[in-house]
Amino acid sequence: MKRSPVRTIVAIGIGAALFFVLGRFVAIPSPVPNTNICLQYGLLGFMAVLFGPIAGLLIGLIGHFLIDLSWGGGIWWSWVIASGIFGLLMGCISRKIALADGVFGKKGIATFNITQIIAHLICWVGVAPALDIAMYAEPANKVFVQGLVGGIANIITTAIVGTLLCLAYAAAKPKKGSLKEEN
Amino acid sequence: MRNIFNYIDRPSPVHRLTGATKFICLLLWSFAAMSTYDTRLLVLLTVLSFVLFYISKIRLRDVSFLLSFMAVFMILNNILIFLFSPQHGVTLYGTCHELFSLGGRYVVTKEQLFYHLNLVLKYFATIPIVLLFVCTTNPSEFAASLNRVGVRYTIAYSVALALRYIPDIQKSYHEISQAQQARGIEMSKKQNLVKRLKSASTILIPLILSSMDRIDVISNAMELRGFGKGKKRTWYMARPFKAADIAAMAVCALLLGASITLNVINGGRFWNPFV
Repeated sequence: MKRSPVRTIVAIGIGAALFFVLGRFVAIPSPVPNTNICLQYGLLGFMAVLFGPIAGLLIGLIGHFLIDLSWGGGIWWSWVIASGIFGLLMGCISRKIALADGVFGKKGIATFNITQIIAHLICWVGVAPALDIAMYAEPANKVFVQGLVGGIANIITTAIVGTLLCLAYAAAKPKKGSLKEEN
Repeated sequence: MRNIFNYIDRPSPVHRLTGATKFICLLLWSFAAMSTYDTRLLVLLTVLSFVLFYISKIRLRDVSFLLSFMAVFMILNNILIFLFSPQHGVTLYGTCHELFSLGGRYVVTKEQLFYHLNLVLKYFATIPIVLLFVCTTNPSEFAASLNRVGVRYTIAYSVALALRYIPDIQKSYHEISQAQQARGIEMSKKQNLVKRLKSASTILIPLILSSMDRIDVISNAMELRGFGKGKKRTWYMARPFKAADIAAMAVCALLLGASITLNVINGGRFWNPFV
């Protein structure tokens, strides 16, 4: 399916709004006190696969920036950038998964989850701590442990929420070639 | 919950600056505060940010909730840093003045305390400015100002769309959540984690699928009106720069310049009083 540029722009706007609402207001209490589970990365993975790398990058950047802004204290640029890069990496498989045509089978699930695990590890164990050290001069072991804990939590939520979202979306779309001409 | 970004409309010199000015100043200021660990400049930035906060006529109780949240965040971050790396200051400053020991490797040093002081100063230097930006900039003007600083108008428009639809999406999330809870969805601590995530998905799926329809409706409407045809776009909320705007940006640019100069003079990002 050919994407119109206007549709991508609207998808970025609505995607960032969804990312913001999920990240800011939807909190699922986790067993660890004062730690909530973020669902927004499942959404970001799904939107990036559907709308491509640029949409993924911008949804992550804008959504995370707005969340930080709404808390009113310091924008944590290193994590904002890492969110954007996660969207960008997930968008790179949008050509491999024909989600817009309603195709998301076992192969799609495998591709989606392998990519999201790699992308999360790159972002939260690679990019975010590296930027934390470079920009904020924080101790290395602290930021790596923070990144690792956050990254693992994000991998689990993306695996559950992201996969379910893709399945639901694909099921709601009519399959390509599902209509046949009668003789 | 209508006013999530806490915009407070009061007449003050800070409110009168254009959104673009405030956005540029926010960026310059946060980069100035981020790049340096020079205590003298951080103290200056802190004092200036408190003065600006006073001028803007934003009262402390307007932002007390956000402030308490940030205070918790700041304290937790400092405790985490100390737990993970009690000798970080010693490695940064190269000297070691021990004060007292808390047992094991947790020896409190002057360097570590000085590093924490700088960290806390960084929070005090930036939080009032971010709060000011949030409280004194009309969200619709923010999107126009992004375009002003050179972001492509299509992307600025995405930000405008996001700001416009956050309240709508919040409302439909709430409605779907209540409808699903009425049908017996359990999201509280009584459920185990996987079940909780699954029940969250039963809210997310209708929310996101309906948002996908929304994307189609909006993009069709925009395409019908010829959005994206021209190279430029005008903004209803855009205002021309005045003398005060240029002065504000010049001051912030100077502060960033000072921060970079100090980094060069100090031969690094840290001002070291121990040598």
